[in-house]
Amino acid sequence: MAQVSSMSDGQSSTMKSITLKISRFNPEHDESSQFMEFNVNYEKWTTVLEAILDVKKHFDHSVAVRYSCRQATCGSCGMIINGKPRLACFTKISELDSNVVTVEPMNNFPVIRDLAVKFERLFDTHQKIKPYLIRDDTELESDQKEFLQTPEEVEQYIQFANCIKCGLCNSACPTMATDSSFVGPQALAQAYRYVADSRDKGKDSRLKVIDDSHGIWRCHFAGSCSQVCPKGVDPAMGIQLLRGYMLGFRD
Amino acid sequence: MRESTIMKVHYGTALAAVALVAVHILMRLTMGYSESLEYENVLANYKFVPYAIMLELILILLSVHGFNGLRVILLELKQGKMYEKAVSYGCLAGMIGLIAYGSRTIIMTNMGMV
Repeated sequence: MAQVSSMSDGQSSTMKSITLKISRFNPEHDESSQFMEFNVNYEKWTTVLEAILDVKKHFDHSVAVRYSCRQATCGSCGMIINGKPRLACFTKISELDSNVVTVEPMNNFPVIRDLAVKFERLFDTHQKIKPYLIRDDTELESDQKEFLQTPEEVEQYIQFANCIKCGLCNSACPTMATDSSFVGPQALAQAYRYVADSRDKGKDSRLKVIDDSHGIWRCHFAGSCSQVCPKGVDPAMGIQLLRGYMLGFRD
Repeated sequence: MRESTIMKVHYGTALAAVALVAVHILMRLTMGYSESLEYENVLANYKFVPYAIMLELILILLSVHGFNGLRVILLELKQGKMYEKAVSYGCLAGMIGLIAYGSRTIIMTNMGMV
């Protein structure tokens, strides 16, 4: 079922309009997803999320979308926009250079409804790789108040600490599409983040977790995870560096 | 066996196979290509022990690498405890079977039983 609606009130002279195609799917009673079309006005700074929220406000409040911070920090509004995984709040309509903007739920995630997907698998694998510093001693037991690092030591992992767990890398990963047990680029990049941290002493236990038949070795280095990351993290590189530890090229 | 150990073997067998197959191809170039495939010349290769050992090594390297590659592809296609066990043991059996059959051919020819 396709629906065409338009909004014209409050239109300024700089406003243009696009057709926003939203994928609608409710697994409880739909067999397959369908697109609904809306004509939406936009300014050059309007984001895809704002356009979706306009649709919710003026045309169809039942469109399901997850969002929170609206500033690419919370990682809630990941979706496929014109065929590519992106954050809706971080994607301006004017940058897409298209009169039709298609939004779909992220690939490789089960759909809750419309654009909202389940994150259980991502959080489970993230938790599995022990995303915290592992040490025998603690600040409380030690005379030192802080575990100091040189700028070079920080450089080793800081890029990977920018991950916001939005799931775009997992959505873009071709292995995630076929291997339902694959750890995924998000968790592997985070495994590298902690393994490369000079304060961490849990390398062996962490490497053991990912040294599995559905672990790090199933990455084929397609590199799509790095292309879609909105925070500039390079999971593909992290995975290769992590393999260096596994193969004994790094300590 | 840990997956990293299996993958080290996988990469190692690939590199070694490339080197030995290159030697094998170079050896074929010592005479005309069609001449090298003549019955007597092929038998002579098998009867020359160092060359027979190299053929045996190529057989082992390619079987190990190939069947592990097949295992990886099949594990990515479908998941499940029983399925994965069947794939792993099936590929191992296939690898052993192919090496045994190929070795039998090399040994029998080397000993003049063919």
